[in-house]
Amino acid sequence: MTDAERLALIRDVLGGIAPEAADAEIAGDADLRETLDLDSMDFMNVVIGLHERTGVDIPEADYSELFTLDGAMAYLAAKGA
Amino acid sequence: MSDTAPMTYREACRQALIEAMEADPRVFMMGEDIGAYGGCYAVTKGLLDMFGPERIRDTPLAESGFTGAGIGAAMVGMRPIVEIMTVNFSLLALDQIINNAATIPHMSGGQFAVPLVIRMATGGGRRVAAQHSHSLEGWYAHIPGIRILAPATIEDARHMLKPALADPNPVLIFEHVMLYNDTEPFDASVNAVDIATAAVRRAGADVSLVTYGGSLKKCLAAAETLAEDGVDAEVIDLRVLRPLDDATILGSVRKTRRCVIVDEGWRTGSLSAEIGMRIAETAFFDLDAPLRRVCSAEVPIPYAPAMEDAALPQPATIVATVRELMGRG
Amino acid sequence: MRDFKMPALGADMEAGLLAEWLVKPGDKVKSGDIVCVVETQKGAIEVEIFENGVIEELVVQPGEEVPVGATLARLDGEAAKEEGAAPAPKRPSLPKWPPPPLPAKAAPPAPRHPPAPAAAAPPAGGRAAVSPAARRRATELGLDPETLTGTGIDGSVTLADVEAAAREPGEKRPAEAPAAEAPPAKPARKGFDPAEMRKAIAAAMQRSKREIPHYYLGQTIDFAAATEWLAATNATKPPPERLMPAALLLKATALAIAEVPALNGHYEDGAFRPGSGINIGWIVALRGGGLVAPAIRDADKQGVRDLMAALRDLVQRARTGGLRASELGSGTVTVTSLGERGADSVIGVIYPPQVAIVGFGRIAVRPWVVDGAVVARPLAEASLAADHRVCDGHLGGLLLAAIDRHLQQPGKL
Repeated sequence: MTDAERLALIRDVLGGIAPEAADAEIAGDADLRETLDLDSMDFMNVVIGLHERTGVDIPEADYSELFTLDGAMAYLAAKGA
Repeated sequence: MSDTAPMTYREACRQALIEAMEADPRVFMMGEDIGAYGGCYAVTKGLLDMFGPERIRDTPLAESGFTGAGIGAAMVGMRPIVEIMTVNFSLLALDQIINNAATIPHMSGGQFAVPLVIRMATGGGRRVAAQHSHSLEGWYAHIPGIRILAPATIEDARHMLKPALADPNPVLIFEHVMLYNDTEPFDASVNAVDIATAAVRRAGADVSLVTYGGSLKKCLAAAETLAEDGVDAEVIDLRVLRPLDDATILGSVRKTRRCVIVDEGWRTGSLSAEIGMRIAETAFFDLDAPLRRVCSAEVPIPYAPAMEDAALPQPATIVATVRELMGRG
Repeated sequence: MRDFKMPALGADMEAGLLAEWLVKPGDKVKSGDIVCVVETQKGAIEVEIFENGVIEELVVQPGEEVPVGATLARLDGEAAKEEGAAPAPKRPSLPKWPPPPLPAKAAPPAPRHPPAPAAAAPPAGGRAAVSPAARRRATELGLDPETLTGTGIDGSVTLADVEAAAREPGEKRPAEAPAAEAPPAKPARKGFDPAEMRKAIAAAMQRSKREIPHYYLGQTIDFAAATEWLAATNATKPPPERLMPAALLLKATALAIAEVPALNGHYEDGAFRPGSGINIGWIVALRGGGLVAPAIRDADKQGVRDLMAALRDLVQRARTGGLRASELGSGTVTVTSLGERGADSVIGVIYPPQVAIVGFGRIAVRPWVVDGAVVARPLAEASLAADHRVCDGHLGGLLLAAIDRHLQQPGKL
């Protein structure tokens, strides 16, 4: 998966939870939970969405690596997705 | 075995008076034709000979005067029993009863009690026309400060007088004219009744017939007819029209979930309206059918026998009303 | 011929806009099927039907706004009504299910009395005549009395008619909504109108603050055991099967409510009526403002994994306008949990006619004294707002203590 594909995938998952995310300008280092007003349930659904689309397990201890777009892309890349 | 010899309602009233006169020298009677004539309905027959003219006092045709005299006597310690020939004539004494008897204990801050008993006949059916046939006890039941009794049985006629005399406030006793000649077995072992509660005269499961006085026997007759149809009616005898025994009325209605109030008074602004409203206020969610009433037709009670019978509540109208309520109309 | 009517989706709803039909004339429907979508102040709500039959006519067309109780569609008169249908959504305030079925009788029951004569006076306003006693009993049994044949005066439905309907053979619990079924493809729905939802919230909360004498209690709960247990159990599960603290809060509250039933139910007409099950209204904040409190039925009887699945499903549907009529207004007590980005504590406003709301602030690591030493512990503030007309603080304290106790044994939830 290329970086562009990963970004598209992450934005698609986010858009399923926060519809405005599809078009929003989101800085790579911005906390997605703040920017998109994601609560714990939303964030859990982000994790589940990424897991289902990529097969990456994402243990709870790693959740904090997904708080930003840059972090999420790096995490998925590191896990081979 | 208790003694249950038959007795008439008239005799029960008479024995109650004799007992009261013998028991307490402060008791005396006043009224029109109660002495020499023996009473319009012969309730006081023989009492003049027994107790003399000082205690059995014939009065002029002046209800306001002798009722007022009774109030004054009660205030100074006597125990007068005033007889008014019929409730229709008591209207001449309304001011004494309502403005004086009912209010003096309150307005004097309790300094004066008014231990007065007023007996009067009420109701229709004797072919004596409108000025002698109305049922106005419901009006009196509107008034705070007086207790209203309606003995419907021989036992109540015999025993309600004693607690009425013991009450420090005025008590009005309404005797239905069609009851005086009734004869029933009288249980001599019973020697007291209360003047606070209603009585279940017939237990039933399907509908409550709430009534009093002269309509009780009509309701009991209707209940027997209804039983042949498989409708099990409960009959409540109010006994005390003021204060009403809400607990017994509501307990019955909560059990049967249907209620027909049978009241010889006119429907409009009647005691039956008061009872129905209390049920609606308190037991609405227990009801399984609308409340119904059987009352007198809204006319001065007619003189012609067929018309008088048609104007008054009758067992057949009670039966028809209940059948309709049960969805069997 | 029976009528399918616009339900009241909450005590304050007066009218609803029919957004779309999911059935057409000739379609067979069974109890529990979602047949249409209604736009309300709370957004688009999927409305179930609680009868079996065939749709004969769609009376109201999409885009029409009609008052509560108006006929939306007619069903054929042939198909048997499902016995013991779920409570009509029209009166969702007292959710109760019928009792277990009695042994079936050999022969189908004959009506006790012939049907009411045609001359029976139609009740005012087109409503079926139902006696007050029958209506109360039907509510207790979860029956819609207006669907029964009346044998009373003027064809009215009496207590005996309701009892007879409850005794009829074949009665069964209404089917739970088939959660696993793939949802039919739906056209896009109009989102809720934030201004309308604000009005609905304002009405409910004004009524609450005007009528309910609230009392408030708070208690700090040590979440160490729950946090450790969650971490351990989630470590072995893939993301979709992981639990969130919310599931534990929900279950612990449900179990505690079962111990203090005086806080579970509705206060109406001057009297408290206990709920027949523990149906927890779970507050879901909507993106862009507004909130709904759909109910999770019998939460005390479900496992935490089922509750977690139910929560995810509810939150998802609440935010996409897919809540069902039976989920609205049927709660017997409310829980609000602020989640990990929320404030430290919340003091709730009771959702009338309920009598209690339990709140949980975020779980955060704070100093806590354990065995005489100050240590860092994950803690959360639990709160209770309850109705003083129904109970006092002592009872409320028992509830919070029970929640605490259950959360100390997360493995047993």
